[in-house]
This record gives sequence, structure tokens and C-alpha cells, in this order.
Amino acid sequence: MNLDEALHTFIAESRELLQNMEDALLRIEQSPDDEELINAIFRAAHTIKGSAGLFGLDYIVAFTHVAESVLDRVRNGELHIDGELVAALLSSCDHLVELIEHLAAGGGEPTAEIQEKSNAIVSRLNGYLGAGAVKTTNVALASEPTCTSEGGGEVETDLWHISLRFGKDVLRNGMDPLSFIRYLSTLGEIRHVVTLLNNIPPAGEMDPESCYLGFEISFKSDADKATIEGVFEFVREDCMIRILPPRSKISDYLRLIAELPEEDMRVGEMLLRCGTLTQSELDAALRLQRGEGKEHQRPIGEVLVEAHMVQQPVMEAALDKQKQVKEHKSAEANLIRVDADKLDGLINLVGELIIAGAGANLIAQRNGDAGLLEATATMSRLVEEVRDSALKLRMVQIGATFNRFQRVVRDVSKELGKDIELVISGAETELDKTVVEKIGDPLTHLVRNSMDHGIESAEVRIAHGKPAKGTLRLNAYHDAGSIVIEVSDDGGGLNKDRILKKAIERGLVNEGDSLSDKEIYNLIFEAGFSTAEAVSNLSGRGVGMDVVRRNITALRGTVNLDSVEGQSTTVRIRLPLTLAIIDGFLVGVGTAVYVVPLDMVVECIERAAWENAGGDDRYLNLRGEVLPYLRLREHFEVEGEPARRENVVVVRYGEQKVGLVVDRLLGEFQTVIKPLGKVFSQISGIGGFTILGSGEVALILDVPGLMGQVVGEKERAGQNPEAMRALN
Amino acid sequence: MNAVAQINKSLPVVANTAAQQDQQQYLTFMLGGETYAMGILAIKEIIEYGNITEVPRMPEFIRGVINLRGAVVPVIDLGARFGKHITNITRRTCIVIIEVANGEEAQDVGVMVDAVNEVLEISASEVEPAPSFGANIRADFIDGMGKINGKFVIILNIHQILSVEEMATLAGVAGSETRVQ
Repeated sequence: MNLDEALHTFIAESRELLQNMEDALLRIEQSPDDEELINAIFRAAHTIKGSAGLFGLDYIVAFTHVAESVLDRVRNGELHIDGELVAALLSSCDHLVELIEHLAAGGGEPTAEIQEKSNAIVSRLNGYLGAGAVKTTNVALASEPTCTSEGGGEVETDLWHISLRFGKDVLRNGMDPLSFIRYLSTLGEIRHVVTLLNNIPPAGEMDPESCYLGFEISFKSDADKATIEGVFEFVREDCMIRILPPRSKISDYLRLIAELPEEDMRVGEMLLRCGTLTQSELDAALRLQRGEGKEHQRPIGEVLVEAHMVQQPVMEAALDKQKQVKEHKSAEANLIRVDADKLDGLINLVGELIIAGAGANLIAQRNGDAGLLEATATMSRLVEEVRDSALKLRMVQIGATFNRFQRVVRDVSKELGKDIELVISGAETELDKTVVEKIGDPLTHLVRNSMDHGIESAEVRIAHGKPAKGTLRLNAYHDAGSIVIEVSDDGGGLNKDRILKKAIERGLVNEGDSLSDKEIYNLIFEAGFSTAEAVSNLSGRGVGMDVVRRNITALRGTVNLDSVEGQSTTVRIRLPLTLAIIDGFLVGVGTAVYVVPLDMVVECIERAAWENAGGDDRYLNLRGEVLPYLRLREHFEVEGEPARRENVVVVRYGEQKVGLVVDRLLGEFQTVIKPLGKVFSQISGIGGFTILGSGEVALILDVPGLMGQVVGEKERAGQNPEAMRALN
Repeated sequence: MNAVAQINKSLPVVANTAAQQDQQQYLTFMLGGETYAMGILAIKEIIEYGNITEVPRMPEFIRGVINLRGAVVPVIDLGARFGKHITNITRRTCIVIIEVANGEEAQDVGVMVDAVNEVLEISASEVEPAPSFGANIRADFIDGMGKINGKFVIILNIHQILSVEEMATLAGVAGSETRVQ
């Protein structure tokens, strides 16, 4: 594997892990005793540290180690989670993101600035370590005394000796034994490696996913023991690792020999082969063992029992951990990372397939061959299924986007000194990935706006008889072929008079214009409109809402706002589900063919069956409902005589219904959306092109755009239409 | 010439200076009884006129769109673009597909002409700079005057004529004008 590639994987993985870590940290504030969460955080830190170690990213390892130690104490119940600790951990999580991004940007060693920040956070975290810091050194110390323990003389070599027995699950846990040894070689020079193969069972019984390997390594290095131990940090729990410093006492080697699962003689031979011990030293050692046999064997036995005793809980913990990792892995194994470009390519191909299929269908119909017709019908159905599954590949849940706001809300509410709770619903609602990517910024803006201007301070809230804690809601749901995202708060709402005053001041509306409440509220989406009296660093510069609207319009969506003064504000964003292929409904006007997105079609009725509402020519009476309508023939200036029997297609977008008068209804059609392109970018009423089975180009109607025009024109033509009164 | 310089800047892919200097092959075609020429480098193909879908509320010079092997390509009526008359459809009417650079990306645009004549070479020495006045089309649409058989033929600056931004703006204006009426 190319190292660069591996590094990319590491970066991508780390980003994901850090995201998980952040999520878990935010959740743990609410439920500080949730062990699962603590473990998740610990695992994330642990994995990053381990992987960073493999790449020799010492600064990340060093930094993460501190955070991990703190987490370890939390896991062991020595520290209790509180707001401050979470804040400290969040800041270290942020800093890790920074480190990873620095790495991703191709930065080598961290800059002094980053280093400084690292140190600041480390010292903050160290405050939590206290006794723990001592404890970690204790671990190292506990093994050190054996270095100077009694018995025998020093051996001559100046080499470290490392005995490794990898656990069976090492490979399953995604570790490569070789990479540890490779990494070890960055600390010094590996003089000799003896690989132990005798644990490998006969081929028939061997499980290729298990690791049966052991290594004896003699190693020359100036590094201290802790550093060398650090190399194996990651597998410490499931592996047996013994590290003997240079010039250890022979008795230490003896103990090593006794501890290793292999027969004593074999171990001795291996040490010999490693060059750790000379023949005479080995002889001396073995003699020592035999000679002082009983006395020595007992302590060794004891050590083993002790080791066993100690290992019991450790083993259990390790097993638990393995189980979790395995469960995690199996869930992960069902996911495949795919390059988004490949997906786009697939969807383009499916689009072409649909067009080609429609062509085949057309020819079959023309020929009237029953067999062929049946075959093409089956094919269309399958193609439709292929299309749906291809499109589903691009669909992602909006939950991940929503969850990001937990952090935003937490930070901003602290900054503002307000107590705000974020309530998320509809997180499982799916929408196109490209839409998800582009919705983040507008949403951030809306959320910040709500927190800054919407939700009042606790005192004001209490004075108004509301709970002191403000609530911000993010909600998503599907509705008529579009997805609706709501950002609502239970804050002060919008002040109509102030908006109107400001709008008149800015020349957006004329004094004396009669505007509905909704129209007034939606004025805040106009460019250069801001009612906040003070500009804060969060919002209030007046460049906000119009940018939000522009971003959403660019996604073929709409945004509007509802507010109850003193109680709440809700911003509703409506977006198309997908940007590539839709189910369409074909209508004909003259010779031209138009496509209406099928999701928006409510019903089709013959024009003759309709009567005008109260004799007014601008509205139709739809079972007692006032329905504004639009003659596509007139609107698009199609020449020729209208058909004798016109039809009305009733379309709905949001809460608005409009009738479209057309000549002919041509039925459903799978529509591959071809973008308008730059030349037609300013066109209104047309949302895109598509290609019919005959190879001709048809126009896709932009229903929201048309509606805006219709409603606007009708309202201009006559406010408070008499028709309304006639019906009411 | 100013316009040419601008285009050189904005069209690094299609028409760089070197290419223009060396470019000696031109397609000549008929439009409203007159002969015009354009450089062949940007031309992708020439197809028969047909199967055009009109796009409503567009200025006259945008005749509509065609399906070019799955891609939707706008078709421009050159006569109308020059502010003269709408091209009549005859048996010899063709659509010349031209690749126009639009920022980073290239876009295909079709151009309607009465008839295409031939591809011929005009050496750089035979090309005079565009006259600043006197021509019956916009001066910035003209790249130069080529001498063919002793007669001057207008060599079109096709990138200026098909400037996507300009066309989009005109289309937008046309759309909103119709709406106000």
C-alpha cells in the first residue's frame, strides 16, 4: 500500500473519529454515566493515537496520549464528567482536528503556534491527571525494579531485548504485526529478529484470520523504555510483550525465559540466535535456574500466578473491548466508501438508459408488436427500479448535518450567556448528498440568527412567563416530492412594525402598501435588511438572510418564515429531493411538450367541467376552493388555436395550489433533468430540459417559479379579488 | 482589437494568440445572401437543421434547443443575433456546433446558417484588421477582413458573438420584458 494513500485513509478516518468523539462528548454532558459513550470517546482517542504512531506523527501521539490518559481515568471511574472536563476535552478534540487538518494540508511538523496551543491544552488536561500522572509512571516503575533486581551478573550486550507474542485477534482488530516492527525500527536499529512459527497449527486447523506469530527482537536504541513500550501501546492489551533493557541481569532473562510460553530451551536458543545472550551467558543462566531451582522457581511461579491474577480482569476488559470492536467492525463492514464521481457517473448512465428505454418503448408502440411491447414494458419497470436504487445511493440522512449543530448551539449559547436547548427531530429524513453539502451554511446562519436575535435572555423570558431555557428546534420531513427543513425557536418572534418601518426606510416597500403578515416577515430575506440594532460577532450585519435565500434558490428550493410575535419564529426551507432524475408528467401545449414534476401534480380535470369562481376570469372554483390558474399557452406565447377540450393540471407546492391550463395530457414520463446551462440561467418558469423517447427536447416546468409569477400577477391585477368574497 | 485581447485572456483553452496567428483555415458560409468566414478551430461538427425545441420567452436570436447525442445544445440564429432578420429555414440550412469556453468549462452552442460553403485557407497576410465602422454588424463581432479571390469576406469573432454571459443577460432581459407585458 502506498504510504500516501494510507495517510489519506488515516486522515479521513481521524476526521470521522473526531466527529464521533465530538458527538459523544456533547451527549455525555447530558448523561455523564453512560459508559458506552465514555468508551466511544476513549476508543476514538486511542485509535487516533495508535494510527498516528504508525505514521510516526509523534506530536499527535504525544498530544493524544494526554487526552487518552484523562479519558482512561474517567473510564476507571477516577474522574467524574462535568461541564469543565467536557469543555477541556472538546477543546482537545478541536485541537486534534486542527492537527489533522494541518497534516491534511501537507504541513509537516506543527508550527510554533499550534505547538503553543498544544501545550496550553496539555497543561489544562494535566490538571485532571494529578494522581493519574503518577500512576502512569508507576506502571513503568513497576517493571523497572526488575531491571536492577538481584541474581547473576549483567549480560554483556548493549542491546534491548523484546519478546513479542501477538494475540490471536491482532489481525482481526486491523493491526499488522509487521507495521509495529517497522515502526520500532524508526527508534533505533533492529539487529536481529527471530520469528516464532511453532505456534502455527497444521494447515487444516489454521484460521487465516488469526495471528499465531511471535517475535524475538534484539534492538539497539537510545530510546528509553517508555518510548519502546509506546510502540506496542496499541496491542498491549491482547499481546504479551516483554522488554528487557540493555545489560539486564541474567536473572531477568531467566524470568523472561520462564514467562514465555515456549519451552525454556527453545527460548534460550532464540535469545542466543538473536545475539542477546552469548552461549556462556545462557549456560550460566540455565545453570542458575537449575541450581537454585526450588527457590527461584517458586517466585517465578508466584509471578506467573500473580501475573495470572492481574491478567484476569485485564483479559476480561480486553475481551470486552474486542467484542465491541468486532460489533463496530461488522456494522462498518456493511458500508463501502465510494468516490462521489463514480456515483455521478452511474447516475448519468442511468439517465441515458432511461432515455434510450423510452426510445425503444416508442418504437415498440409504433410497430404494435405485442411481444416487443411486453418486453419493453418489463424493461421500463426494471429501469425504473435501477433508477430508484441509483438515486438512493446518493441519499444521505440529514441527521449528521443536524448533529453538527449540537456543538454550535452549545458554544454559541455559552458565548451569549443564554441557556438554549437544541431539539432535533426527523434526523432520519433522507435527501441528496449534494443538497446536504450545500445546506450546511444557510442552516448555520439561521441557527445562529435564532439564538442571537430570536431567543431572549433568561430574565426577559422569565418576565414573559416562559421557561428560562430557550428551545431551538431543527426538524425535517418529506412533503410532496420535496424535503422541508424547519428551524424554529420559542423566542421573541419578529416585530412586524419594526420590519415594516425598516423596509420603508430602505425603500423596499412604499408607505401605505398593504402587506400580509407573511409578506412582511419575508421582507427580511431582502438584500441589505437587518433589524438587529447592534452588530454582534454572530450576526446582525444585514448580509445574512438574503444570502440564505440565494443559496437555497440555487438549489431550486424556497424559504419562508412564520412568526408569532412574542412566542416563536419558524423558518421553513423547502428543497427538491433530488437534482438528477424525477418522475414527470407530460403535458402538451400546441406542438410543445412540457414536463411537470409528478410529485407536485394533485389532479387533472377537464377545463369544461370547471366554472370560473364568481364569474371572475382569474380564478377557478375547485369544489368551493379558490384556485388561481395559468394558461400555459398564453404564458409561453405558444402560437395557434387552443385545443377544443383543454385540461387543467392542479399542482401544489408547499401550501399553494395553482391550476395549469394545457391542451393535452400525455401521461407519466421518467424525466432525466438536464441542467439549463449558462445561456438559459436567467429564464423563469423553466427548471431544466429533458430528452423524450423520440429524441426531442422537452422543457421541465419550474412550478415554484411559475407559481410565484402567477400569484404575483394575480395579486397585482386585483387585490382582495371579488372572487374571494363571492366564494366566502 | 481590444475585444480580441480580452477574449484571449478569458479563453486560454480555445483561442490563444499563437493559435490565432497560425490559424489559416476558415469555414465560409452563407447568411442572408452574404458570405462570412469563421476559424475552424472551435467548430466541432456541422449537422442538418431539424428537431428543434423552442424555448419560450427568449430573445429572437435564441431559436431553441436541440438534442445532440444526449446533450441539450442551444441554437443561435446568427441573422437575428446580428440584428438583421430571422433566418428562413431552407433545405440547405445547417447548424454549426461550436465549442465556446465559459470560464473554466466549455459549452457547445449551435449556430444556424443558411448554407455552408467550404473550408479554405487564408494566409495571415491576406487578413486585414476589422474596420472600426462601416460594417453592417457590430464591430466587436468582426475578427478581421479576409481576402478571398480578390473579395473581402468578414471573418467573424465567434467567441464574442456567442459570449455566453452576454446571451444569458439578453435572455434574462427578454424573459422579464415579456412578463411585464
